[in-house]
Amino acid sequence: MLRFAFTRALSLALSLLVASVVIFAVIEVIPGDPAAYMLGLNASPEAVAALREQLGLDGNVAMRYLDWMGGMLTGDFGTSYTYKVPVAELVNQRLAVSVPLALYALVLSTLIALPIGIIAASARGSAADYGIMGATQLGIAVPNFWFAMLLVLIFAVTLRWFSAGGFPGWDAGFWVAMKALTLPAVALALPQASILARVMRSALIETLGQDYIRTARAKGLSRREATTRHALRNALIPVLTIIGLQFSFLLAGAIIIENVFYLPGLGRLIFQGITQRDLIVVESLVMLLVFAVILVTFLVDIAYAAADPRLRTKR
Amino acid sequence: MKWPVSLVAGAVLSVLFVVVALLSFVWTPHDVATLAIADKLQPPSPTYWLGTDHFGRDTLSMLMVGARTSIAVAIVAVGIGIVVGVPLGLAAAANRGSLIDEIIMRGNDLVFAFPSLVIAILITAVFGPSAVNAILAIGIFNIPVFARVTRGGALSIWTLDYILAARVAGKGKLRISVEHILPNILNLLIVQGTIQFSLGILAEAALSYIGLGAQPPTPSWGRMLAEAQTMIYTAPRLAMWPGLAIVAMVLGLNLMGDGLRDLLDPRVRRERA
Repeated sequence: MLRFAFTRALSLALSLLVASVVIFAVIEVIPGDPAAYMLGLNASPEAVAALREQLGLDGNVAMRYLDWMGGMLTGDFGTSYTYKVPVAELVNQRLAVSVPLALYALVLSTLIALPIGIIAASARGSAADYGIMGATQLGIAVPNFWFAMLLVLIFAVTLRWFSAGGFPGWDAGFWVAMKALTLPAVALALPQASILARVMRSALIETLGQDYIRTARAKGLSRREATTRHALRNALIPVLTIIGLQFSFLLAGAIIIENVFYLPGLGRLIFQGITQRDLIVVESLVMLLVFAVILVTFLVDIAYAAADPRLRTKR
Repeated sequence: MKWPVSLVAGAVLSVLFVVVALLSFVWTPHDVATLAIADKLQPPSPTYWLGTDHFGRDTLSMLMVGARTSIAVAIVAVGIGIVVGVPLGLAAAANRGSLIDEIIMRGNDLVFAFPSLVIAILITAVFGPSAVNAILAIGIFNIPVFARVTRGGALSIWTLDYILAARVAGKGKLRISVEHILPNILNLLIVQGTIQFSLGILAEAALSYIGLGAQPPTPSWGRMLAEAQTMIYTAPRLAMWPGLAIVAMVLGLNLMGDGLRDLLDPRVRRERA
């Protein structure tokens, strides 16, 4: 297990290294002169020269990369060109919105998906099963940002139960803040819950067909007991993997949903960075997102191998 | 042979959208390029079947041209995934366990760490937003998907006796991959292609919604929704049609994909997409 964890950690480090080189190359090397790009066509040569100096663009490319990476590793993400504050500070403020939103959606999606997946599998071929499968098929086809707009239309514009957007901040009180995150979280959770329910259903159907379930039934356990005691536990392994992987999808999906609800999260920050050509913000945030995805995949791999020793050797 | 119901229903829906998109090249009820401010925000009527937007453009005509944008972006993106991903997958399977295999698969994992949205952000930050950048972003995301499916399918074919026979007969890895492996994994690729096509439609809509895809004046479903959002209090109707179009198209493709999978190979499980 230790050896497996070590090789996976090595591959994690390598992935991060290559990813950082790719991001650095796309943002800082391919455009030619990032300073001229950031300032636009009408910039004076002096302003460009000043920004070049501030960004350290006159130095050697390799040294700039090492500087950037060294900064990222020590929590120094550079200073935003438009906001004039450290990017790390901006990220900290925005994470307080994006991470709770993604977690909220993850919890919602799991709470919805597991029960209906289990019901569909236990009643395979029944009307309930067909109904659930049809609903999840629809859930996968609905774009989450459109679903978000429908939620706004129903619960904010018509019923006036929620506000159509904005975030009062955690200082306004936990429940007030959670209420503001509710519609966005529901919008984010819907497609993920549909996928998860389908995974839960097929995993449970597969384990229910195993010999050890037949043995349990032959031993005198009821269908229900056999399902809860033996099948469910085994079926949960692939489901947990998908839940882990969904966290990174939710973080990326939050980028779009935050724009629907005008939430001051990482997603809005990235878009402001793009429209204001603030490459420093974009570069660090993209690296952070990719880091999150790679890290979560790594943790899922490790958790998976810990649960199932067979996976430690084969890939 | 019995055709799965989902295949027929899905195919009918998908073909309908393709026909509408093709029709839009020669005919739309109204011209989408001309603005008729006098007719802005009209409700549905015999002249404007689905009403008009804030510029007086006919919603039905916009939807028809929007279908063209969505389908074009998704098809080219699937094409990129197949043209680059399939050869990589074949090469990895043919050299199983070798350095080539390892490099291709680790490269795959790396690209997987970049969700298509993040690729789109990177490309747009440097080159500015456009439909071409959306195609590139979704296409790059498709490459590891096809490489993985191809490798997985090819590995199981490589263990079969007739491949051994072909090797004994002196055929090289390249020739075996093209003549024997590829035709036998075509089923898998068709099913995966349908799934990626539907994901591409969703991704294109999301990218153009947040402004990273097709730019004005090109009509696209995502942009129509973005514009409708600003008028959600005054004309909520505008937010309905493009959303319904996306759902119907994606649902059609997904049903078709499921049906094709059942038809072509009942044992095939959905690959991780």
